[in-house]
Amino acid sequence: MDAAARHSVTPLQYFQSQARWTPLELAFWLAVAVVPFLLFPTHLSLASQIAITALFALSLDLILGYAGIVSLGHAAFFGIGAYAAGLFAKHIWGEPITGLLFAGFCAGLVGFASSFIVARFKHLTLIMITLGIGFLVHEIANAAHWLTGGTDGLQGVRMWPIFNYFNFDLWGYTGYSYALIVLFVVFVVARRLINSPFGLSLRGIRENSTRMAAIGADSRAHIRKIYTISTAIAGLAGGLLAQTTETVSLGSIDFQRSADVVVMLVLGGAGRLYGGLIGAIIFMVARDQFSGFNPQFWYFPMGVLLVAVVMFLPGGILGGLARLTARFRNRSS
Amino acid sequence: MTTPVLSTHKLNKSFGQLVVARDIEIALPRGVRYALIGPNGAGKTTLINLMTGMLRPDAGSIMLGEEDITKLEPQARVKRGLVRTFQINSLFPDLSALESVTVAVLERRGDAPVWWRELPAYREAAGEAYDILKSLSLGDHAYRTTRELAYGQQRLLEIALSLATKPHVLLLDEPAAGVPKEESQGLFAAIAGLSSDITILFIEHDMDVVFRFASRIIVMVSGGILLEGTPQEIASDPRVREVYLGGAHHG
Repeated sequence: MDAAARHSVTPLQYFQSQARWTPLELAFWLAVAVVPFLLFPTHLSLASQIAITALFALSLDLILGYAGIVSLGHAAFFGIGAYAAGLFAKHIWGEPITGLLFAGFCAGLVGFASSFIVARFKHLTLIMITLGIGFLVHEIANAAHWLTGGTDGLQGVRMWPIFNYFNFDLWGYTGYSYALIVLFVVFVVARRLINSPFGLSLRGIRENSTRMAAIGADSRAHIRKIYTISTAIAGLAGGLLAQTTETVSLGSIDFQRSADVVVMLVLGGAGRLYGGLIGAIIFMVARDQFSGFNPQFWYFPMGVLLVAVVMFLPGGILGGLARLTARFRNRSS
Repeated sequence: MTTPVLSTHKLNKSFGQLVVARDIEIALPRGVRYALIGPNGAGKTTLINLMTGMLRPDAGSIMLGEEDITKLEPQARVKRGLVRTFQINSLFPDLSALESVTVAVLERRGDAPVWWRELPAYREAAGEAYDILKSLSLGDHAYRTTRELAYGQQRLLEIALSLATKPHVLLLDEPAAGVPKEESQGLFAAIAGLSSDITILFIEHDMDVVFRFASRIIVMVSGGILLEGTPQEIASDPRVREVYLGGAHHG
C-alpha cells in the first residue's frame, strides 16, 4: 500500500483514501466523453460498441476479478438482455429507458435462478457449469425461431427517441452518448459496491474462501448476490446493443462473445474495475484495425498479445502499469 | 457443575480403515486454557476440524453450551462463538492486515451484505479492527499487504482474525508453528493475555510452552484420548512419558 503514509494515517483515512476518486480516473472519463466526438466523429458507432462491450466486461469483472468466479458463459446474460430489449421494443413499445431496465431485469432474474447452482461449485466444475448454461441459452434462442428469429436475427426493432427528443441517428451521436452514460452510471454504482463492506467480503472470498467460512461469512449468499448483480449488468449491456443497432443476432449470445470478454478482462487486468474498460478498448480497436486488412486472421495477433500478457504481466496491462509506477515511485523517493 | 462451554460426546471419524477420532469425550469449562498434545498423526487437527464443522463426524455429537451444533455449517458455528485458527497460514494474501480484520469485524456485525455504502462510513468497525491489530502489536503493520508481512506477523494476524469474530471458544491449531522459539514465547504471551472469558484450546509441540501456558492438558494418541489432567499430572504420568515424551527427551 502507500508506504510513505504508513504511520500517521488513521484506519478511517486509510479507507477514505482507497475510496477517493483519483485525478487519473477523472481524466479517463473526461477523455472518453470528449475524444471520440472531436477526433473520431466518423467512428462513433464503433465507440458505442466499445462502451457496450466495456460494460459487459465490467459485469464479468465483478464476479471474476472480485469474487474469483470464472464464467465462460456470461454471454448468456448479455444475450438475454439483448433479446429482452429487442422483443420489448418490438411488441410493447420502443421507449429506450424502460426497455433497458426490462433487459437488466430479465437477465438478472435468470442470473438469480442460476446463482443457486453457481454458488455451490468451484474451479473446473464451475467453469463447465457456466459454459453449459451458455450453450443452453444459446440453443434455446436458436430453437425459438418464432420468437427470436433464430439464425436470421430479430428484425423489426424500432426505437423511440430517448426522452422523446434524442433520435438514434445514423452517425451514432445519440448511440454513443447513451451507451457512455449508462456505462458511467453503472460504473459509479459498481465502484461504490467494490468499496463497500460487501465488496471487501467479495475480495476475501477471492483470496481465501475457506478462511471466510472460518470468520463466519456466508460466502454462498455473497456469491449469489454478486452473480445476480453481475448478470443484470450483462443484461443491460446486451440491451444497449439491441437498442443502438436495432437488431439482435445469435452472435450476441454465442460462446465467442463469452470467450472474448474473458480475454478482454485478462488483457486489461481483472479485479481493477478499469481493466475491463481498457481491455475492451484495446480488443475492439485492434479487431477493427486488423480485420480491415485481414478479416480471417485477426485472432492471430490477438492470440500473440494474450499469451504475452498472461506470461509477462500476470495482472494484465493495468497490473503491469501499476507495478511499473510503484517501482518508479520507490526509486524516486 | 456448570455446563461446559464446548463438549463432545462419543465422537468418531474414520478415513477408510484409518480411525482418526475414537470415542472422543471432551468438556471444556469457561475460561480454561487447554493444551492438546500428542504425537504426529494422533488426530489433533482432525479433532479441531470436527469441532468446527470442517469435517463431518461419522458418529457422536458436539455441544456448544446447551446447543447441539453437530450438523451446523462452519460459518454458523463461528456466529455462535466457536472459532479456530489454522496450522498453515490461511489468510487473505492480497488484502492489507487492516482490511482482513475489518472483513471479519463487518461479518460479525452483520454489515457485510451492505453494498451501497462505502467503507469510510464504517468508522467504528475500522477502529475496532485497528485496535485488535494493536493489541497483538501489529498496529504499525496494519496497512501492509498480508503477503508482505513477516511470517511471525502472519501468525499473529491469524489470531487477530479469529479475535475479530468475538469468540467464546478459540481453537488454535499450532499457533506458533514455524515461528522461532524466542518469538513463540511472545506469541503465547499475547494468547495468555486474551480475555479470561474466552476458552482456549491450543495444539502445541513445544513442552516448555505447553507447561507454561496451559492450565490443563489433553493427550491424544492414534485418534483417542489417552488422558486429561493438570500439567503436573501429565508430566508425572508414565504412559505419557512412554508414548509421547519418549523417556529420553526433556519434558
